[in-house]
Amino acid sequence: MGAIVETLTSPMLIGYLVVVSIVFVGLQLMAAVMVYAERKVAAFMQQRYGPYLVGPRGLLQPVADILKLFFKEELRPKAADAFLFSLAPIISVATAYLAFAPVPFGAPTDFFGLLPEKIPLMVADVDVGVLVIFAVASMGVYGIVLAGWASNSKYSLLGGLRSSAQMISYELAYGMALATVVMLAGSMSLREIVDQQQGYWFGFIPKWYIFPQLLGFFVFACAGVAETNRAPFDFPEAEQELVAGYHTEYSSMRFAMFFMAEYINMVTVSAVATNLFLGGWHGPFIPPEFGWIWFVIKLAALLFAYLWLRWTLPRFRYDQLMAFGWKVLLPLATLNLLLTAAGILYFGL
Amino acid sequence: MASEALLFYAFAAATVIGAIIVVAQRNPVYSLMSLVGSFFGLCGLYVLLEAPFLAVVQIIVYAGAIMVLFLFVVMVLNVPREDAAEWDRSHPLFRPMAMRVGAALALLLTVELGWALSRTPGLTAPIGEDRPAVSSMAELGRVLFTEYMFAFEVTSILIIAAMVGAVVLSRKRDD
Repeated sequence: MGAIVETLTSPMLIGYLVVVSIVFVGLQLMAAVMVYAERKVAAFMQQRYGPYLVGPRGLLQPVADILKLFFKEELRPKAADAFLFSLAPIISVATAYLAFAPVPFGAPTDFFGLLPEKIPLMVADVDVGVLVIFAVASMGVYGIVLAGWASNSKYSLLGGLRSSAQMISYELAYGMALATVVMLAGSMSLREIVDQQQGYWFGFIPKWYIFPQLLGFFVFACAGVAETNRAPFDFPEAEQELVAGYHTEYSSMRFAMFFMAEYINMVTVSAVATNLFLGGWHGPFIPPEFGWIWFVIKLAALLFAYLWLRWTLPRFRYDQLMAFGWKVLLPLATLNLLLTAAGILYFGL
Repeated sequence: MASEALLFYAFAAATVIGAIIVVAQRNPVYSLMSLVGSFFGLCGLYVLLEAPFLAVVQIIVYAGAIMVLFLFVVMVLNVPREDAAEWDRSHPLFRPMAMRVGAALALLLTVELGWALSRTPGLTAPIGEDRPAVSSMAELGRVLFTEYMFAFEVTSILIIAAMVGAVVLSRKRDD
């Protein structure tokens, strides 16, 4: 009994639990912040004010939105498959959270001497972290397909099929872009990949993989935007054709779960891009123990780029989207993979 | 160690129960999803065997790629629920002789599996220093391209043949 109590109150375990809670709460907060940022950035780009009534500068708008979603009536079409209809949003949101597990967001820390040893700032330090992210991302398709099918409505089914076809097509390019970075770093652990990007070339260019892998970053960014079903690849939500795609029939908290999953997926893709291409928590001026500040800055920049893209580019047509994925992005990714392999083989990059 | 055994039983139960539901369930979409659940149990078992690479590949290839395609086919073709009343009782497979042969084959398979497992050496030895787990990707790649080169290439030809066959079979004849 005493041994169990000792294990349960050991500083290390509490440290790990703190990290897990930071990720869990942090992702939820990020989703709320993104809802606000999305509206404000959209308003800014369209010369409007955006939300400004709830709280100072409309800062409490996400809270109002969440309250509204909580108190709305939960609707389910009569002909829907009850079990799968409730399961689909759960799969979506669970895979969204899960995908962040192997993503580090700061240098290993002992919380300023509170812990006897340093622990990595990530939920699960797995050797095959890159593959885990890829695997979990491919699981996210189920949430969307099942939502589309279980709703038993034309628009939902079409939206679900479209977005899953899109996710499956862009997954290949996404995986290829991941593979090039794995080849350069010689490791599949995101923590080790970030550590490889420490230091500078010629004393001033940071050793981030974005510089040797500009093409890889481009492919990753396109595939990442498509994977998260965001504009200009937001086909599931092509409202002119499909009402609201796979979540047409959803309301209240079930709808909120899809919404949250979308924003968390954006955060995860941006975080993975930060770690793979932008050197993660490494950066000048800030001491390593506060590296997470750099991480947050880079993450915020990428998330802003997401919103920027959405309000700048018009939506692709569906056939253009498929042609772009299979005829442009995939060959580019393959070319990049071969070039990188040749570089490693002949110049020992 | 006790917690590891507990995890093993949990994952094993998930795998087996998932597999049973696949066969017992009459709604094809439910069967499919429980097969995915079964794959997750299998993935957990691989992790317990200290083969994280295999575990993740299991999810990516089977649960992530193949099953999604299955789901597509089931949904797009709108495969109906199997209904006991609609079963064709006159089908040759329902003849008593066919059932007996089937049962005998199932029994034979079980015995064969038990026999093969009993003859495989070192099944009960724990994974440790002297028995490294096959999780090293470099080692896996090396073995695949040297020792099992022939099997590897032949498999790829088999898959291409299957693909070409599918295209030929599904092609519309324009006559």
